Amino acid sequence: MIWSISWKNIWRNKVRSAVVLTAIALGLTAGIFSSAFFTGMVNQRVEQAISNEISHIQIHKEGFRETTELKYFISDAGEKADSIKMIPSVTGVSNRIVIYSMVASAETAAGVKITGIVPEDESKVTGIHKKMIDGAYFERVKRNPVIIGKKLAEKLKVRVRSKVVITLQDMDKNITGGAFRVAGIFETANTGFDENNIYVRYSDLARLTDMPADACHEIAILINDNNQTLAVDDQVKKMFPALEVLNWKEISPEMSYLTEMMSLYNYIFIVIILFALLFGIINTMLMVVLERRKELGMLLAIGMSRIKVFMMIMLETVLLSLTGGVLGMIMGGLVSQYFGKTPINLSRWGEGYSQLGYDTVVYTHIESENFIVIAVMVIITGIIAALYPAYKALKYDPAEALRIE
Amino acid sequence: MSIISIRNLTKIYDGSSVEVTAVNGVNLDFEKGEFAAIVGPSGSGKTTLLNMLGGLDRPTSGEVIIDGQNIWDLSSSKLTEFRLNKIGFVFQSYNLIPVLTAGENTEFIMHLQGKSREERNKRTKELLDEVGIGDRIKSRPNKLSGGQQQRVAVARALASKPTFILADEPTANLDSKSTENLLDIMEKLNKEENVTFIFSTHDARVVNKARRVITLVDGQVDTDVTK
Repeated sequence: MIWSISWKNIWRNKVRSAVVLTAIALGLTAGIFSSAFFTGMVNQRVEQAISNEISHIQIHKEGFRETTELKYFISDAGEKADSIKMIPSVTGVSNRIVIYSMVASAETAAGVKITGIVPEDESKVTGIHKKMIDGAYFERVKRNPVIIGKKLAEKLKVRVRSKVVITLQDMDKNITGGAFRVAGIFETANTGFDENNIYVRYSDLARLTDMPADACHEIAILINDNNQTLAVDDQVKKMFPALEVLNWKEISPEMSYLTEMMSLYNYIFIVIILFALLFGIINTMLMVVLERRKELGMLLAIGMSRIKVFMMIMLETVLLSLTGGVLGMIMGGLVSQYFGKTPINLSRWGEGYSQLGYDTVVYTHIESENFIVIAVMVIITGIIAALYPAYKALKYDPAEALRIE
Repeated sequence: MSIISIRNLTKIYDGSSVEVTAVNGVNLDFEKGEFAAIVGPSGSGKTTLLNMLGGLDRPTSGEVIIDGQNIWDLSSSKLTEFRLNKIGFVFQSYNLIPVLTAGENTEFIMHLQGKSREERNKRTKELLDEVGIGDRIKSRPNKLSGGQQQRVAVARALASKPTFILADEPTANLDSKSTENLLDIMEKLNKEENVTFIFSTHDARVVNKARRVITLVDGQVDTDVTK
């Protein structure tokens, strides 16, 4: 009965309650939308980093990542890749030769990461082949094809079929080099990546560097479900105890921090919104308690215990907050879902975003667990907001309250 | 044997400059089944006396013994419980809960007592029938006339099966017809069910119906007449 009274009491002053409910609902809608927006943005960043740059798991020989020296190669890489492919959730394995060196055009030169890949294998691991904006992915150029990022192409002032020269050290530390022809130009959402990466064929780079047969520096693994990363990581570690096996969170800890920081920021943002709403709710409930002083005095007089009067006001406040909260969550959820299907295009302001590796087309994304956390936060806000007004009601003297005309 | 004994009851209000003695050394006894009116001019201490009798206003000195218990010896929470179970209140301005229907208002006090739903529903219906508004059980107070609201208030006061009912100027806001009606109902309850009523009032019609009239002057009992 107390529940029903509290609920009915909310609707006594419809306009006032509607104003508070609207404030809570709009505040939360804004909070949830912004949270969905930034979560979507970061998730896309992470997904892109995984699918274009780092893959889920990488294997190196101990020492390679620190020194990037050619001599830290993995031998019998083909055989290893074949055994990794046997793991059910693995969808692609690519053996790479990785060299940090120079590429020069007729105009200028740049320091880049040169990755030697088997194009068919690599296309099962990263999405570079889908990002081609000019030319083709290792096609139409028979001898020494190279594909380069758009930003680097602009910097080097080269086009498809232009010639570039790659200079590097071979296994014996002799300076060597080769002429390559641009087969295609790719563009990812990350212009930094596009400026610093070029891809050549594994066989071409192996020949230039004089690498032993079937050796590589990096085995990149893609799996079908990000949640399986740790399980597969474990399995691969057991298969190759002598090698350094790292998952994407270890390879790129900043990505993992990014996800964690973003969810923290999202909650901080919602806490700030709720904190502002808190005072609105307190104000409303103080008015309620003051207005109903005589009635509360009567309830105390006829024998309603103070604790029940306190609980009634608490309940009324929590129900009010929660009603606004649920409205806000529904509205925020709908808005986020809409923009999850109809992305927000930031390209007008997007130059800065893409330099930082963010996609300029953002699909909002919201986790269902966020709703649970937000609902709990709303209830806590309601409880905190109720404390002072309910305490005021608790302190009424029934004889005095009843004297009010 | 008296169900209520008031002994040397005194209430002094501490004003900013002067002390006001609202009730001064009152001694009274009430028997089961009384229909008594406390009358007196404004400021004579009627409401203060009733509030002390009802466990709402703490006396400066003296005792209020109800069913053998000095209520002012009880802790605040015990006193609330005492009010809930032993005293029925009827107020001048009805004081119903506006969001609840007539039935729910009546039932509410039994809910506080922890009575079962079945018992509550049964008694609510009986009581509202008894006060003559059984057909308005689902009406909210704003759909009822003043007289009807006060009858709901009487039903509510009776719901807890109290030792006695305190009514502070129950007819002050009612027209003659409603007053007559309400008094008839209360008199009937008093005669047929031996419910004890104690009123404070200005109203001559209430005084006429009362079988005992206590007149207060300056916080003291001036006359105490049983008809």
